Amino acid sequence: MHEMRIAVGLEGSANKLGVGIILHPSHDTPTDPPSPHDSAHSDDGAFHPHSKQHSSPPVQILANLRHTFLSPPGTGFLPKDTAAHHRRWVVRLVRQAMKQAKVRLEDIDCICYTKGPGMGAPLGSVAIAARTLSQLWDKPLVGVNHCVGHIEMGRAITGAENPVVLYVSGGNTQVIAYSAQRYRIFGEALDVAVGNCLDRFARVLHISNDPAPGYNIEQLAKTGNVLLELPYAVKGMDVSFSGILARVEEMAKKLEASNGSWLDPETNTSPITKSDLCFTLQETVFAMLVEITERAMAHVGAAQVLIVGGVGCNERLQQMMGIMAEERGGSVYATDERFCIDNGIMIAHAGLLAHKMGFETQLEDSTFTQRFRTDEVLVNWRD
Amino acid sequence: MTEPIPLSPSAHDRLPIPFNTSPEPLVLIAQGAESLLYKTVFLSLSQPAALKIRPVKKWRHPTLDKRLTRARILAEARVLVKLSGEGIAAGGGGRKVKDPKREGEGVGGMRGLVPAVLGLDWEGGWLVTEWIEGGTIKEAIYRGSRARTMGGSRVGLSGDDGVEELRGLLRKMGEVVGKLHACGVVHGDLTTSNMMLRPLTTIPDKSFESDGHDETSPQPSVAASASMQPQPTTTPNDSLSGDLVLIDFGLATQSVSDEDRAVDLYVLERAFGSTHPREEELFACVLHAYAHGEGSGMKGKPGKTVIRKLEDVRMRGRKKSMLGRVDVFIGKCEGCQHGPLLAAFRQHLLITEILVGHHYHWPAMA
Repeated sequence: MHEMRIAVGLEGSANKLGVGIILHPSHDTPTDPPSPHDSAHSDDGAFHPHSKQHSSPPVQILANLRHTFLSPPGTGFLPKDTAAHHRRWVVRLVRQAMKQAKVRLEDIDCICYTKGPGMGAPLGSVAIAARTLSQLWDKPLVGVNHCVGHIEMGRAITGAENPVVLYVSGGNTQVIAYSAQRYRIFGEALDVAVGNCLDRFARVLHISNDPAPGYNIEQLAKTGNVLLELPYAVKGMDVSFSGILARVEEMAKKLEASNGSWLDPETNTSPITKSDLCFTLQETVFAMLVEITERAMAHVGAAQVLIVGGVGCNERLQQMMGIMAEERGGSVYATDERFCIDNGIMIAHAGLLAHKMGFETQLEDSTFTQRFRTDEVLVNWRD
Repeated sequence: MTEPIPLSPSAHDRLPIPFNTSPEPLVLIAQGAESLLYKTVFLSLSQPAALKIRPVKKWRHPTLDKRLTRARILAEARVLVKLSGEGIAAGGGGRKVKDPKREGEGVGGMRGLVPAVLGLDWEGGWLVTEWIEGGTIKEAIYRGSRARTMGGSRVGLSGDDGVEELRGLLRKMGEVVGKLHACGVVHGDLTTSNMMLRPLTTIPDKSFESDGHDETSPQPSVAASASMQPQPTTTPNDSLSGDLVLIDFGLATQSVSDEDRAVDLYVLERAFGSTHPREEELFACVLHAYAHGEGSGMKGKPGKTVIRKLEDVRMRGRKKSMLGRVDVFIGKCEGCQHGPLLAAFRQHLLITEILVGHHYHWPAMA
């Protein structure tokens, strides 16, 4: 009875503007075995997760475009400028996506957009674009929770059944487990998100923001090997990064001022480098994240972990999580930068899942909000 | 605490010295994220003990791992020693003089209500404490709850439907937590699984040999429940009476702040509600006893202050999302061919400069 559905998704809660167009095949389509088609480098490949009875249906990504607003090293992106960037780029991206997807307007079922959480002004720009498209093309609107978007895309791409999810990005740090039609938050960062901590640290050391500060920290950390002492703030199932940030910023300033005279306390011969600071920070914050994830897994009795969000691209984090999961007889799932980093396709996907259950956002309710808890969403497409 | 798990061969290899050569097999009682808990004996066959091992986490940097393990074992031990009042912590400089003023006011105030520390090795990553007989409070409440359903007909329970017994138990809980807070310690992980109900009539389990139990028979390596009693000296505890003993101080901190105490109670409240939904309404007894119970160290103003703080914590506990209403206006674009395609909304609030001076040219409908 369900025919194939297509949705457009718009994302812009931070400095990445994403436009995605997704296709959910109709239910009559038999679940194909994994396609031999190498979709690793193509944005319009078909993804067929391991065929299981209850996993999300195989989805087709018709277009997944993104443009990032980058600020110079030593600075962060401001809401005002970011919103201006999104306004400047959204039409172009939508046009390009439509062209790439080769879909007809009448095939589109809904326009999905990020309702929240995120930064106010950028969210607003994207909300306006979504509303305009909806009015223009006479399509229903679907407001989507950004975090749920990440989770659903992660599940679809990796095929993970019911994992504990670690959602880590510049704006969010949450450990989530699904229960009774809600994504329950088991643990979270009490002050700043881990990505934010990394980004701000990058600023103090004037590390480039291109392509992303976290990426550059990761590369530098690969050549670091001194583990200095940072406060380790795990409070039960939650974590706190402001203390660490303060200390590591202090260290960064000390490094700049020391001019090579700051030596490794163990050997007293080799000087501490930027790489060592990056290494120290990563090892510490990632250990904290793996720890709270492990706690949630023990609590819930799960063995699988899914990492989503921009910081999830980090290979060291994936490695640490993998070792932990293996010790528990489980495994870790992660996606690549196309899906880890904020994108429009995840919004289209999650929005379409909701829309197929009858969900729609009326025009007068198509607002946006900076605070939108993951567990506020009724996940009625799962049982 | 979860059901015991048979000891896997690989786990045996990981046992630290001296336990890897223990004559008595170790029984794994619980496996949390942080640590493994075993029942064993310590220093003598007649001293049952709880062994908590913090295994090495290979995914952590080894330096960090060592640092954390050491810090956590020591922190837990220090708290227990302070509460039990053993050693130097009890009355400055090694003098073991009982100071009436300080009784219940810090050091030693919880003797008998928390396990005593028997030994530790921070390099080896283990801590051994006194074994507490009996079952968890969680199990006790389940018993009481079932009795309510059955009309209170079980032996040892009185009251209309056993509610009085439960209330008594919950009052005890409130008082013990109050005592704990008065000693300047916050548990950090209060749940009904972290509290034991030690039967009053059981003499401290001093001897594995002297009760007629066949000492040559092998110790059970898999127990059916966490309330293992290798040789019961009383009938299994049907009633809800006994001493309420707090265990698992792995997340405990030394604090006297109202905020920390309120959060401690909040954690208990939430855990209680999700584990014992039928008894959720009775939880008020716990809080009442905390602030008003005779045996509570927080009786009176201190307790009431914390309860008030608890209300704040409850509100904050869920960062309420703020779904604000933001209305937007996009006017018709003057002098632009695409004018009619721009949407206009009914609104009364213009926000920011998002829209000022910008107009959009959308792909045409065709």
